[in-house]
Amino acid sequence: MEKRKELIVSAIENGTVIDHIPADKVFQVVKILGLDKVNNPVYFGTNVESKKYGTKGFVKISDKYFEPEDVNKIALVAPTASIIEIKDYEVINKQTVTIPERIEHIVKCFNPNCVTNKEHDIPTKFRVKRVDGKIRLVCHYCEKYTSEENIEFI
Amino acid sequence: MSISLKNRSLISISDYTPEEICHVLDIAEDFEKNPHQNLLNGRIIASLFFEPSTRTRLSFETAIQLLGGNVIGFSSTAGTSIQKGESLADTITMVASYADLIVMRNPIDGSARFASEVSKVPIINAGDGSNQHPTQCMLDLYSIRKTQGTLENLEITLVGDLKYGRTVHSLVEAMSHFNAKFNLVSPVELKLPRTVKQHIKDAHLEYEQFTELEDVIPHSDIIYMTRVQRERFPDPLEYEKVKNSYVLRNAMLANAKPNCRILHPLPRVNEIHVDVDANPKAYYFQQAQNGVYARQALIAAILGLK
Repeated sequence: MEKRKELIVSAIENGTVIDHIPADKVFQVVKILGLDKVNNPVYFGTNVESKKYGTKGFVKISDKYFEPEDVNKIALVAPTASIIEIKDYEVINKQTVTIPERIEHIVKCFNPNCVTNKEHDIPTKFRVKRVDGKIRLVCHYCEKYTSEENIEFI
Repeated sequence: MSISLKNRSLISISDYTPEEICHVLDIAEDFEKNPHQNLLNGRIIASLFFEPSTRTRLSFETAIQLLGGNVIGFSSTAGTSIQKGESLADTITMVASYADLIVMRNPIDGSARFASEVSKVPIINAGDGSNQHPTQCMLDLYSIRKTQGTLENLEITLVGDLKYGRTVHSLVEAMSHFNAKFNLVSPVELKLPRTVKQHIKDAHLEYEQFTELEDVIPHSDIIYMTRVQRERFPDPLEYEKVKNSYVLRNAMLANAKPNCRILHPLPRVNEIHVDVDANPKAYYFQQAQNGVYARQALIAAILGLK
């Protein structure tokens, strides 16, 4: 019997699709983009079959578009993600995320003695470096490194 | 073009270019010849020491007084509003409205950079936790240039705790601008971190790692000693095994080069035997004295008076 192919989640009329998210990073992407706090309809899936990556995750947000610097924040956890903008069910723009050179406010400094962890209300700032293909964040304040495996989102 | 450091906070030694560093050293040289210069003429410098310090605080306060300035501040947080829970931002904002310049030591990493962002007057970092201590680096560079006649093409041997010693990290970073060769002598537990070695690699310079001090003494221009602290070793037995390997004794200097000088950021505990003190190659007390001239130079330059 022929296998029926169906869209897992219905297409959105207007909004943004974030595709090719590593399957285990979908919830982090939702959190980084603040989608757990919006009123727009948000659909997401994880462990979905992907020809390119084996499995993947995706997020669809109706009636919402992102600024590049916002969406690039997810590059820290989902460097393979692509951002697809939809208008009237048509793709109007598609791009892959790029890792920003600087990130602010979204990641905690790994150094417990950093001023951003000791004082209240100091937003974190990092320079983003790539060392041997891995992301390394250099704290603007304490100058210590936060490596990829220690990244913790605020 | 003339170099001006007016209103430029010094938080990390990398904030200044090699030319700007040399400019500060030139000014320091002038202060060494003529330390009493009433350039501050009653201006107020805040000396905020959130943790105790002997040499750094005293040499800053000496520098300010030699320049004819007045000092306000504290040497520990006891009895200050910080103990009542005042934020660093509020303390700095308040003090910046009283003083022309703030000298700050604070045990929190990154506190100096943060202070420089909230303060309307420049900040000189007198040590922020384990992060930076750029004025120590400046006086180390001054001492090296003074004893060797140059900063270029020197063989610098760094000994002891190269992992946690912030003065070592800053010195490596700064000397990487001047074509140095580095000999790194430390127990395996306290090797120079990879991130600091990267400065040497980025400048395409050489370094060698050693676990024995005696091997490198005959070809060193500078031997920069640091203290190997017992508390850095998770296993006290490991400390016992290595503690005597990094103690410099006078007899070990028999084959040292005539221009070789021994530096140490002080306080010394037992890593330089007292029998070295009488050797003309021992330079650590003059080095501490040079701290006054280097700090005079920084204060004068940052206030635009030199």
